[in-house]
Amino acid sequence: MSKIPLQFRHNGRDVAIFVDGGTNLLVALRELIGDLTPKFGCGQGGCGTCSVLIDGELHLSCLTLAETVAGRSVETLDGMKQGPNLHPLQRAFADHFAAQCGYCTPGMLMAAKALLDRNPAPSRADVVEAISGNICRCTGYEPIINAILAAAGGRASA
Amino acid sequence: MTRHRGRGMASINYPIGMNLGGDPSQALVHSNPSGKFTVALSSIDLGQGMKSVTRQICAETLGVPVEDVYVDTADSDTGPHCMGSFASRGTHRVGNAVMAAAREARGVMMEAAAEELEVNAADLETDGRGNIHVKGAPHRSISTKDVAIAAQFKQGKTISGRGIFLVPLSDVDPETGEMSPATCYAHACLVAEVEVDDETGEVAMVRMDSAYELGRALNPRLVEQQLVGGAWMGVSHALYETPEPYYPDPAHGPRDFVEYLMPGPGDVCPHDIAVLERPAPDGPFGAKGPGEMCANPVLPAVANAIFNAVGVRIDELPITPEKVLRAIKAQGGARPQARR
Repeated sequence: MSKIPLQFRHNGRDVAIFVDGGTNLLVALRELIGDLTPKFGCGQGGCGTCSVLIDGELHLSCLTLAETVAGRSVETLDGMKQGPNLHPLQRAFADHFAAQCGYCTPGMLMAAKALLDRNPAPSRADVVEAISGNICRCTGYEPIINAILAAAGGRASA
Repeated sequence: MTRHRGRGMASINYPIGMNLGGDPSQALVHSNPSGKFTVALSSIDLGQGMKSVTRQICAETLGVPVEDVYVDTADSDTGPHCMGSFASRGTHRVGNAVMAAAREARGVMMEAAAEELEVNAADLETDGRGNIHVKGAPHRSISTKDVAIAAQFKQGKTISGRGIFLVPLSDVDPETGEMSPATCYAHACLVAEVEVDDETGEVAMVRMDSAYELGRALNPRLVEQQLVGGAWMGVSHALYETPEPYYPDPAHGPRDFVEYLMPGPGDVCPHDIAVLERPAPDGPFGAKGPGEMCANPVLPAVANAIFNAVGVRIDELPITPEKVLRAIKAQGGARPQARR
């Protein structure tokens, strides 16, 4: 099978790669672009750790065909920090101990960013809804919910 | 349909570590020419904070800033032997090994500093900010970095230390049947409040209140993080998770995250935690460790709360809606127990 040329914006930078037909976006990001921040959890949309933003909308990269992002903008956790500074969400996750093993963290942060980008002042229920597609095994969710609410409120209350 | 509230409690007595042929862990500490220290371990940090807490223990024992200590774990081919991160043993066993190694390294560091300052090592103390000075004469001082450089390039000494902590195998006494499988125990008490739907058998968590006695909390925020997350896992084991829901028939078992049930962010409930600190005599700085104990009391407390709510005693985990509903039907309806 011949390779398909594919161009898109990856964290604000134009990238061009060749993919096999049927390659999913997660594999393209990790293996062809070398962005290891989206994680492989289940490969079937059940865990959320591969979450990325496509044109600002939350998507599961393991269920997205790479070809479908041609000409579009893909944001991953790798592009989240602002220069040397952590994004307020990342800061809040650290301050609230919202990560333990860290495997769900990239997906949690992308889901949280998607939420705050469209709703800067979410309720607790909004936050729960926003991360309900993301599985965390360590934290019991409570610290993650608190971190997202704190980042939205712009305060670092523990 | 009625939703019944119920409250249940459980108290546990939890042994730290295990007793399978003895329970050792080793640690090595050495200084680098920069005056920083490396702790080599094979014990794994899987998010519970092993690196943070051994770093604190090493820095405190050496008398240097915590920023000056780097903990290298994760390679059992090249690191000193460790039984592993399990049985809630990490802080206690590995922490003690790190303390022993850091004490030995500190001894060499103080000797090397004494040689540079031309004083007796017994007259020196560390200031915890990266300097060693003569007791009562802070101006007679040398930085740990300069000591490390002098030891390496002038004195030909390695500022290093070896540590092992072993809890020996405890055999069963043939006369009495007694044994001492652990050297210290942590304790917890948890009260769970649930709401049971007598039409569907569904159980919702309402709130939890708990108290954990776990020796000294070396890093209170990490302890809290463990207790919050661990309680969630306890709820998950109590009400949701099983790889074999139709045991012993493996057919129709869950095969992935979609079918394997776990509570999500919408299922968590408020949890008020009190940490009680009673330092363990043989723990590093008195620590025992929260570990697995953070999940354990939740299961019996939830089972008791369900009994209190609807009068059914479920003794098989997880307590699924099906089991609750069958039990309610078998006794001819919900029988709420007295609230205490």
